[in-house]
Amino acid sequence: MMIGNLERRQLIAAALFTTVAAVLPAALGDFYLTVLSLVFLSAFVGIAWNLMMGFAGQLSLGHALYFGVGAYAVAILSERYGISPWLAMIPAAILPALLGLAIGALGFRFTVRGVYFALLTIAFAEFARIVFEHWSFVGKTGGLFLKALTPANQPLLSLRGGATFFYYALLLTMLAAWAVSALLIRSHVGYAWRAIREDEDASRALGVKVLRMKLLAVAISAAFTGIAGAWFALMNGSLFPDSVLGMQMSINLIIAPIVGGLGTLFGPIIGALIIVPINEVSRNLAQSFSINGLNLLVYGLLLMVVIKVAPQGCWPWIARHLRLSSAGWTRGPKA
Amino acid sequence: MTQLYISVVVNGLMIGAIYALVAVGLNIIFGVMRVVNFAHGEMVVIGMYIGYALWKYAGLPPAAAVPVAMVTMFAAGYIFQRLLGNDFVDKPQHVQFVLYIGLALAITGLNAMIFGPDPRGIEAAASFAVYTIGPVRIDASRLHAALAALMLIAALWAWLRFSLTGKAMHAAAENIVGGRAIGLRIPHLFALTSGIGMACAGTAGALIAPLYDTTPYLAGEFTLTAFIIVIIGGLASLPGALLGGLLIGVSEAIAALFIDPSAKSLLSYGLLILVLLLRPNGLMAAGRGPR
Repeated sequence: MMIGNLERRQLIAAALFTTVAAVLPAALGDFYLTVLSLVFLSAFVGIAWNLMMGFAGQLSLGHALYFGVGAYAVAILSERYGISPWLAMIPAAILPALLGLAIGALGFRFTVRGVYFALLTIAFAEFARIVFEHWSFVGKTGGLFLKALTPANQPLLSLRGGATFFYYALLLTMLAAWAVSALLIRSHVGYAWRAIREDEDASRALGVKVLRMKLLAVAISAAFTGIAGAWFALMNGSLFPDSVLGMQMSINLIIAPIVGGLGTLFGPIIGALIIVPINEVSRNLAQSFSINGLNLLVYGLLLMVVIKVAPQGCWPWIARHLRLSSAGWTRGPKA
Repeated sequence: MTQLYISVVVNGLMIGAIYALVAVGLNIIFGVMRVVNFAHGEMVVIGMYIGYALWKYAGLPPAAAVPVAMVTMFAAGYIFQRLLGNDFVDKPQHVQFVLYIGLALAITGLNAMIFGPDPRGIEAAASFAVYTIGPVRIDASRLHAALAALMLIAALWAWLRFSLTGKAMHAAAENIVGGRAIGLRIPHLFALTSGIGMACAGTAGALIAPLYDTTPYLAGEFTLTAFIIVIIGGLASLPGALLGGLLIGVSEAIAALFIDPSAKSLLSYGLLILVLLLRPNGLMAAGRGPR
């Protein structure tokens, strides 16, 4: 296979990134490792959301539904029924995928498009949050708590451990998701998605199985997001309907890929690298000056500045300057 | 028992009228510019804080806050649109989303910095007055707020329909290029739209300030409620927003009674899902799909 100059640069960049990420724990303390784990988690969800919105062009503002269901699935199965978290990851991916298929099938069948589809996804997520808040099986508003870790804890069995364990686990998960999405984008599925994104009616006329392709995008995206939710539950140790299923979660999940650059493979990772630290710094700022709300003010203003300066996201700009892109490779969806 | 149901429905209709005013604001912004104002609930909360601050620090009655909130929020909306919003009108939805979410978070943060996270409420003398009509007792301050909201909606409807500027806004909503061609000042019209939309939300906030305690974090719920109403009622349809507002007000009141007060919006989301699936353009759609 011929490897062009551009692809060689991309490979070098990817290898560099992976190497630096692999050796970082030797140099950093637990706090920074935890922040970076959150970066990887956010990038992972971003990649998942980006598959659906960035490539297939379907705007979902209710991804918290999949995230929350994944989180609750792994927490309930492993805590209450003693099932290995490794096994619990399967329903944590499949349940959200089924929900996504159901919502997608309803929405797409009835030709709910654009902003209406986005609001439909919000409606289902909020509906689920309220149901969870009143459902005693999932602990109502009191939420669920995982047991404290014992010294005999085996991270590879319980999938819970210290900062270094989560750092590597989430790094690997993110890289795996990135690889899957890179393969998907280059397959005929990826081309079909982009065709639908650019013009749904035209691609249907050309013989693209629009409904099936859109459902596939939703299902894959939801399954990844469910796994991310499962990791969140394992890492956090506690979950509440409002924290994992709420509108705020849906918003947090999608800001990183948009800021990073929609419809690009690296955008979600870059976005997470920018957004998560901003969030952490502004929160620490508010805490150290003990000014309530300062973090939200700083974060909100920064979001406005970033989107004003780089409405296409940051990755296309970075890629141009590092000469890591050709035209087309980084192009996001049109209006 | 019937008495209970009647008063629940009447209460729902009254809060529904206020919701309708909030939704009308969202609907005008959406209808003219095709922009979803994700910071709409924040505008309601600012209106509530204006009411609280004027009562607390200037000793003014809650009614005096209504015109103040209206003018302030109109000016804020107009300036925001001229400075920032107009650049985003023709951007993709997700880009607009980040701008308005940023605005929403910044306002929530600012509110928390100024007023703190604790609930702030007005203790007005009128709070306990009631009208008694037959077997039904109606809270006076609630009724006044609802009537004021209905009058404002009617006035706005008339202005949009009969004034030259209102017609120009309709024209801009129909066809921007055509509007430009006949010499409409689109940036000014968009700023007016944004000002009016945010003024609706702010005014509604000032109207309910005597009824509810305010916290910075109420905003998200107002935004979502307004979305539900706009979609149920129909895009770019003012009577639709009114109908949707009343419907949601009643459905919340009923769900609070029969299920749980904290589950009051469960029924609304159910209604929204039904309407989206069966009549995606809303109950009283203006007959126009997404642009």
